Parts: sequence; structure tokens; C-alpha cells
Amino acid sequence: MNVPDDLLYTESHEWIRRDGDKIRVGITDHAQAELTDVVYVELPKVGAPHEARSTIAVVESVKAASDIYAPVKGTVLEANKALESNPALINTDPYGEGWIFVLQMDDASQLEGMKDAAAYQSSLG
Amino acid sequence: MSDSTSKTTPLYAQHVGLGARIIPFGGWLMPVQYSSIMEEHQAVRNAVGVFDISHMGELVASGPKAGEWLDTMLTNTVGKLEVGTGQYTFLLNDEAGIIDDLILYRIEDEKFLLVVNASRIDDDFGWLKSHLAMEVQLENQSDRYAGVAIQGPRVGELFESLFGAKQELPARNEIAEFTLDGMKLRVARTGYTGEDGIEVFFEADSAPRIWNKVLQAGESLGLRPCGLGARDTLRLEMCYPLNGSDLSPEHNPLEAGLGFFVDLTKPKFTGREKLLKEKESGLSRRLVPFKMKGKTPPPRPHYRVFRGDAEIGELTSGTLSPSLGYGIGMAYLATPVPKPGEEIEIEIRGQKFPGVIEKKPLYKKP
Repeated sequence: MNVPDDLLYTESHEWIRRDGDKIRVGITDHAQAELTDVVYVELPKVGAPHEARSTIAVVESVKAASDIYAPVKGTVLEANKALESNPALINTDPYGEGWIFVLQMDDASQLEGMKDAAAYQSSLG
Repeated sequence: MSDSTSKTTPLYAQHVGLGARIIPFGGWLMPVQYSSIMEEHQAVRNAVGVFDISHMGELVASGPKAGEWLDTMLTNTVGKLEVGTGQYTFLLNDEAGIIDDLILYRIEDEKFLLVVNASRIDDDFGWLKSHLAMEVQLENQSDRYAGVAIQGPRVGELFESLFGAKQELPARNEIAEFTLDGMKLRVARTGYTGEDGIEVFFEADSAPRIWNKVLQAGESLGLRPCGLGARDTLRLEMCYPLNGSDLSPEHNPLEAGLGFFVDLTKPKFTGREKLLKEKESGLSRRLVPFKMKGKTPPPRPHYRVFRGDAEIGELTSGTLSPSLGYGIGMAYLATPVPKPGEEIEIEIRGQKFPGVIEKKPLYKKP
């Protein structure tokens, strides 16, 4: 499984790319492989506020719908509209074109509890 | 995802070896997919796929009165069944609720094979045993037999490569015995995918050898091992019901739209009185197929169905159709049900999305 060194990771298999007080979020290579065949993504609304660990998006495979959580408290700045017409980008490029949303963080210190690449990799066993 | 109470089929090691994702299903640990549901689905529609169906049950009824007795236990006409043929039929309780849907094969003049759903084996056997007639023997041989379904347009080529050009596939709904490397197999021209195909039953200890032979023979044909995920999308595109979802003791075959397999002209079978009453007073709900309109989340079981402000029912099956590229499903709706072409709304996470009532099947081969 591909686990890039420059990202942070959540227990629930989201990746986080930090840029100042903004974060870009998607699901990990491991998560997309577990889900397989993403067929629909329900994107968050731009401008909507979200609590940490609240459901912010839904990724659906043929078999099941999976909730995606906001890693920290914040407001949605961008949602990846490309996923509406091509949800499989999550499978083909989970850390790149398959990103899901950008969040403006209320409190960047909430990132302190996140896993680094080594910790995430070892959690996968 | 291990579950100590679940059983495994004789092909479990093969599934794990192929990297299958395993899930609990009807008391069994079964492969849900090997690579991708989409790819496995397309392999069955365009080439050929093999499914482990060893979890399914095999009951054998025999004796001079077996046919007569089964005619009182099952909804379809056993009397019409010639040796070497099978029919889809229902086992009902006294209230006409569906205990199981199954295929009944007449394998000898006085011997019948009932292929039943995995999760219903004990209930079926218990019910039939408690209603057994004189001069009928009933055996549960589910642990003795394993099985595979081979489905897809290239099944004929696969069959020929396994059994040789001189052997002929049984005709649709027929069952016959074959030998493969000294192993005895029963091959039935039946299936649950809408494609041409066979279901093959054999002694459990032959299972790994037969599985490997099928995979080998299918390699040049584009054969894929297929899991329960593709089995579900394939059957739903055809509107074949899934026991435990679309069918249950809370439902009868008439409201499920399967009256074709219920012979009400028979003088006596369990559930008949109740079905006649239902027919006279009118059904209160019916199982109908529908498709989603436009780009929507896939519909799923238990989503609620609306017409205007009125809630009219609930989905029992739903998925994204890999062949069609849009959401499809089946729902029990209050009568009078909307007609094909009429619109309904499906509630998904608090939001309503438009759907259209369709005719069976949802998918037709181009």
C-alpha cells in the first residue's frame, strides 16, 4: 500500500495535506482498495461548518456507503467537483486527483493527534 | 472479519488463496469479491464466471409417494416435472409466507433433489420433516455436496473443454450426470445471473479439484472467479429475488410478483387457502422494479419510497447496475402501485431523488 511520507493520517483512513491553516483531505490507498469500485461521492457543501469527526462526505461503492469524517473542526473551502462525473478517481489516484475537500481549520492544534506515515503504515499491520 | 460461528465451504482455502475478500453470509464465510465487483460482473455478462455455491443446501426426497407429497408442500406443479428436469418453486408456511424459494429437480422417477438457500437449510428441513408423509424418505445431504455455478455466454466452450466435444450441455432447466476424472457430477442448465449457464453439484471432497479444473479450462476464455457481490448485481439486473431480502416469511409469492410459479389449480398445497383469499380481497402491496433518474447515489435496501408526500413503501434490494451505469432496485409498494414509466421518489440520507417504475427485467441483453 502506498502511504506518502509528507501526509498526516486519521484512524478512519483519511489523509491530510496541510497548507498553513488549510487542509486538503481524501481517503488513503488502503481505504480505496478496501472499498473498491467507487461509484458515487456525496461532496460537502462549500461554506458549511463541520465539527471534528462529524460526517462530511459519503463515498459509495457497489456494495456499501462509507462515511468520510472531518479530521478537525473547520469550514469547507473547496469540494472536488471532478468526483461527480468521475468518482473512480478515488481508486485511480487517491492522493492526487481523488482528493475530496479542502477545509479551513478553526484550530490547527487539533492536527496534533494525527498519525504520521510510519504510524499509519504500522496500524495497517 | 472472522466469525467463529460461521461455516466454510470446501473451497474456502481456494478463495483465500485467490485473495478474495471474505464476508459472513447466511451463516457462512463466503467470498464477496476477488478483484472487483464491476470486473466480475462484466466477466459473466461478456465471457464466463465461476461462483462457489457449496453453501447452498441439498435435500433429497425419495419413495413411491415423494412426488405426490412434494406437490402438497410446494407451490409449482410437481406432476409436470419429468425425470431430468427442474422447476423454480416455493415452500410456504400456513399463512402463505415464504419459508424458501428453491429449485426442485426430479433426478429419478421416485427421487427428487431440492436445492435450497444456505440460510434456510435447517428451517426447510425441519418444516418438511414435520410434515412428512408415509412412504417418503427425506435426507439433508447439504454437508455431503458442494457446488459451483458457471455462468456466461462462453459456458458452452468451457463445458466442451472440460467434458469433450462429444458431451452435450443439458437443455435449459434440465439436469444430467457427467463424469470428470472419475468424479461424478450433476450438471443443471440453471442459474441466477440472466446469462446462459450451469450449476454443478458434486461430493464435497472433489470440490478443490473441480474448482481448479474449471479455472484452468476457463483461463483462455476470460473466466473469472466471482463473489457474492457480482452475484447480487447480476441477479438484481434480472429482477431475480434474493431470499432474506426480497422474500421472507412476511411476504407471499403473489405480492412478490412470482405467481407464475404458484399453481393455484392444484387441489392442495400449504398456503393455498391464504393465497386464494389474498387474491380475492386484492394484494395490499407488490414488489416492483425501478431505476433511478440521472446521477444519484445508489439505492439500497430499506430506503423509503415516496409519491408526493405519501410514503408508499421500502426497498428490499438496490445497487448501482454495472451493466446500465445507473441505480436500480426493487421495492414493496402499497397497491395500487404506480405503473411502469411513472415516477417515484427514493429518500437517501434525508434527501429525495427521482426514480421511475420499470418492467422486469431491468437489464436486457443487447
